[in-house]
Amino acid sequence: MKLEPGGIRDIEFLVQCLQRLRGGGRSVGEIAEGMEVSRPAVSQHLKILKAARLVTVHAQGTRRVYAVDTRGIESLRKWLDGFWDEALTAFTAAAEREAAREGKQ
Amino acid sequence: MTEPLMSKAADPNRVRKVVSVQAPQAVAWRVFTEKMGAWWPLAYYKIGKANAVDAVIEPRVGGRWYERGDDGSTCQWGSVLVWEPLSRLVLSWDINADWQYDPALKTEIEVRFNADGSDRTRVELEHRHLDRYGARRDEMRRIYDSEGDWGKLLDMFARVAAEA
Repeated sequence: MKLEPGGIRDIEFLVQCLQRLRGGGRSVGEIAEGMEVSRPAVSQHLKILKAARLVTVHAQGTRRVYAVDTRGIESLRKWLDGFWDEALTAFTAAAEREAAREGKQ
Repeated sequence: MTEPLMSKAADPNRVRKVVSVQAPQAVAWRVFTEKMGAWWPLAYYKIGKANAVDAVIEPRVGGRWYERGDDGSTCQWGSVLVWEPLSRLVLSWDINADWQYDPALKTEIEVRFNADGSDRTRVELEHRHLDRYGARRDEMRRIYDSEGDWGKLLDMFARVAAEA
């Protein structure tokens, strides 16, 4: 997907779109409100954000509502949660073994 | 046994753990920092091709945190950001979601050691800035290959996500 010319200006525009989703889901029209770009341009940028899995889209009546995609972070957080449980359980056992060994000396 | 710390438990950008260890603070600190290879689940959580035989934290700010393989090779995981012997350690964990080292990706692990009497230690661990994973870097990299500014976008996204 090719962005409009302008490089960094477009990136700032993508961030603006994300910032407008911070308070909850919004439609393309609501996101475009007050922006200096056309609604089709907003749609185009939302497509980029969706392809990057930064936003999700779902139907709400006749509206298509965009929202920040948090699934990636959540599944990773769950995975790390289990990982640290395992690592710290092993650490606890090792530290207690060491303390017991030194206590006997 | 580990238990989730109740406060901030719902924050999706951090994982927090607390364990109570039957060991003096100095022993807990030493086993965590000097003998990590003795307890880290190296069989599963390593990034090098070789069999990992040790996990090493160089004991100073700026020191490397790495695994050592049975062939003598090393693979870096991150580095030491804060080194306060016996009480506090902050490591950067530059491992991405595919379990590969990526120095551009800095999540942080803070570990605090608090004496609970003379023979027990409360160890609190927080793994934070997980939102830095959230942007699916590789996909963004492909999209922004020609632009070269994707990193800036991801940084800004992390900021937005953190404020959400």
